[in-house]
Amino acid sequence: MPFGYASPEQIMRDKADYARKGIARGRSVVTLQYVDGILFVAPNPSRALHKISEIYDRIGFAAVGRYNEFEELRLGGIRYADINGYTYDRSDVTGRGLANLYASNLGRIFTESIKSLEVEVVVAEVGDTKEGDAIYRLTFDGSVFDEHGFAAMGGQAEAVAGRLKERYRESMSLADALEVALTALTEPGGERPPVGQLEVAVLDRNREHRKFLRLTGARLERLLAQTSKSPAAPAAPPTTPPTTPPAAPPQGSGDTPPPTGPEGDVDDGSSPL
Amino acid sequence: MASHRDLPVGLVNHLFQNTGSSSFTEFVGSYAPDLLPRRDEVLATPIGDQVPHATTIVAATFAGGVVMAGDRRATSGNIISQRDVEKVFRADDYSCMGIAGTASTGIEFARLYRVELEHYEKVEGRSMSVQGKANRLATMIRGNLGMAMQGLVVVPLFAAYDPDRDEGRIFSYDVAGGPYERERFDAIGSGSIFARGSLKKLYRDGASADDMAMTLIQALYDAADDDSATGGPDVTRKIWPIVSVIDADGFRRLSEEEVYGYVQQMLEARLISPDGPIAPLR
Repeated sequence: MPFGYASPEQIMRDKADYARKGIARGRSVVTLQYVDGILFVAPNPSRALHKISEIYDRIGFAAVGRYNEFEELRLGGIRYADINGYTYDRSDVTGRGLANLYASNLGRIFTESIKSLEVEVVVAEVGDTKEGDAIYRLTFDGSVFDEHGFAAMGGQAEAVAGRLKERYRESMSLADALEVALTALTEPGGERPPVGQLEVAVLDRNREHRKFLRLTGARLERLLAQTSKSPAAPAAPPTTPPTTPPAAPPQGSGDTPPPTGPEGDVDDGSSPL
Repeated sequence: MASHRDLPVGLVNHLFQNTGSSSFTEFVGSYAPDLLPRRDEVLATPIGDQVPHATTIVAATFAGGVVMAGDRRATSGNIISQRDVEKVFRADDYSCMGIAGTASTGIEFARLYRVELEHYEKVEGRSMSVQGKANRLATMIRGNLGMAMQGLVVVPLFAAYDPDRDEGRIFSYDVAGGPYERERFDAIGSGSIFARGSLKKLYRDGASADDMAMTLIQALYDAADDDSATGGPDVTRKIWPIVSVIDADGFRRLSEEEVYGYVQQMLEARLISPDGPIAPLR
């Protein structure tokens, strides 16, 4: 512990700066509404360690920052949701309840611990109609932002959010929404991350039971092929919703599994810890 | 909505900090044990006959999958307590369970079991192996042994599509657990002896899902024919058995119209030969 006096304001400022720096080191994650629900896109070199996850039937989770920290939040969220769904009814588990749980936990850690969590989290819930969709963005200090249409977080979050805001339109098709997300995630003139390094998932309101679906392999490639054919064509006709059979049975190892995890859990030596 | 805010702070932290196994049942057992199906209390007198019982469930494999069907009758002693009860439940995308015995306990099991499988899948990022699913169910049944001795017996039949083998698998249980893997077909409940006899004659190796659904409906009819606790197709109220198919495409519950198609076909044939299709003698 440092010796001497620091004002509470100073301590809070230092903690916030510290957390912001940690979060800014990673790449961004984008969440946005499309015609059938909510799309999550994250550049992520790992196929096994996810930044995007299912929490419950209608609720998805995306996070940036330190992997071990947001993984703990993810597990806590799944437990909260499963407990409430089992105690009451599956329909009684809401994104708002989960966002509040995260906010109180993040806020408590920010004020009480020496080190705040270096994470930023999105809790998204898909409704029966697009008016029922909700995207909550939570920051390391427990603030909750009720986002409309889209949210960006992580490193370069402001630039990414700016590019998202320019291109985002209501009720885009899935392919168009993916195109917008990828454009937002790519610096102007920069190169897009290859398919193998993209983590993409949707909450599709047309699915039965559980709305969360990870888009991988051939399905993702087909979707990306659609986007490159019509680069951000504004008046593209709404494509038919993709057929969504239940998640494919677990498959064996892929051909090129990159060994690294999402940024944040990899100690690159620059961390002050 | 009641939420974490009703809980003491210590329990909220528990949600985040006590990362144990991926089992929802184990977690809920330490976090809120009263939510689990009753385990240890012993009733003064067995009340088995006073609560509704669910009866016959049948399941059979086909080429590349498995079909499960259940009748719709629940009885309390000799009273029919419900005519359209559902006893075949989707567990996850690739499995389902049917229950026979105490209906309330069975429904509770089915609800908990679904969360158990999903919880594991979300936490681990992969679905549980079929054998793992069967074993988890066995543990839950074992936990209910005390209540079973008091007459609250519940016995499930579990069916799943195994992606590693590209085939359907069936597991049955007794009140002390199990699981016992069954080749080809099995039936549980009071009508099961009759259904199993029927299935024995009608089962064909390598049949289609369509044929196997028909076979199960025939077997349920035969069970209802001889067992008063098993309900046959209710023509006047239009209540048909529940039929679920699981294959590589996942779990699918047949629609009312689809099942009605099979039932109608069967009933027409039974008007001519009431005992149903005849298996070859040699």
